[in-house]
Amino acid sequence: MNCTDFLSQLTDYFDGQIPPELLEEVRAHLGECSHCRVVLNTTRQTIEVYRGNEIYDISDDLRERLHSAIMTKCLASKT
Amino acid sequence: MPAIQSPGTEEIHPDVALVERAKSGDTAAFEQLVRQYERQIFRVAQHITQNREDAEDITQDAFLKAYEKLDQFQGNSKFSTWLVRIAVNESLMRLRKRKTSKTVSMDEDVQTEEGSIPRDFAEWRPNPEQIFDQNELGDILRKTIQGLPPGFRTVFTLRDIENLSTEETAEALGLSVPAVKSRLLRARLQLRERLSRYFGHKEGQPA
Repeated sequence: MNCTDFLSQLTDYFDGQIPPELLEEVRAHLGECSHCRVVLNTTRQTIEVYRGNEIYDISDDLRERLHSAIMTKCLASKT
Repeated sequence: MPAIQSPGTEEIHPDVALVERAKSGDTAAFEQLVRQYERQIFRVAQHITQNREDAEDITQDAFLKAYEKLDQFQGNSKFSTWLVRIAVNESLMRLRKRKTSKTVSMDEDVQTEEGSIPRDFAEWRPNPEQIFDQNELGDILRKTIQGLPPGFRTVFTLRDIENLSTEETAEALGLSVPAVKSRLLRARLQLRERLSRYFGHKEGQPA
């Protein structure tokens, strides 16, 4: 397995969807390729840092305002 | 990472009953669905459009559309996936309107190879959270995701931030599962590459 092959398996690797025989090859490649180990670690950190830090959270005020606006619009559309 | 769900033997989702009640005219049931998903829909819209006012409008329009089309919701997918699909379409439409000369679709920018081949091989040690405070980190994360093409940004948002499964993401975006996987890989790799400029430290270098 080379680095390109490894990258093509990365998504399935994260999802735990790689069949056992291929998984051995992926692990063997990771054992010998420090670049792919870094890519694996930092891609995982990329996902975690976005998951762990809500960058577009909504304040309680805005949420209430939005909620009222939604319900007003929906109920008005009924009539 | 979320594991894949096994299909078939799922329990009935609590939304199903709420949707049924809403369909028969129970406004309180619909309001409960709004409460459950307004935050998520707002976040999705803001991630795609990168604009707060647009996200507010889209959230309102998406729920209004869902309310008006509730009869058309067949229950083949989850209610939340159906709702996200409406919000994504509204968001992409809004982007198209904003950039009148340029089309915006889920197929845009998939030809570009940018960022698909990793070039930065520095580990992120210490963790980004240990280097930057919350505000700085938020700025970096916003700036970085803004630079992604909308199609990649959307897939990353649904799959990695909102935690939809690959199948649900495909359904919400009207894409095939392989298309979602390929966009997701490239979105993750582009973000990784860009974030490495902030977070990466070569061995032996001070943090």
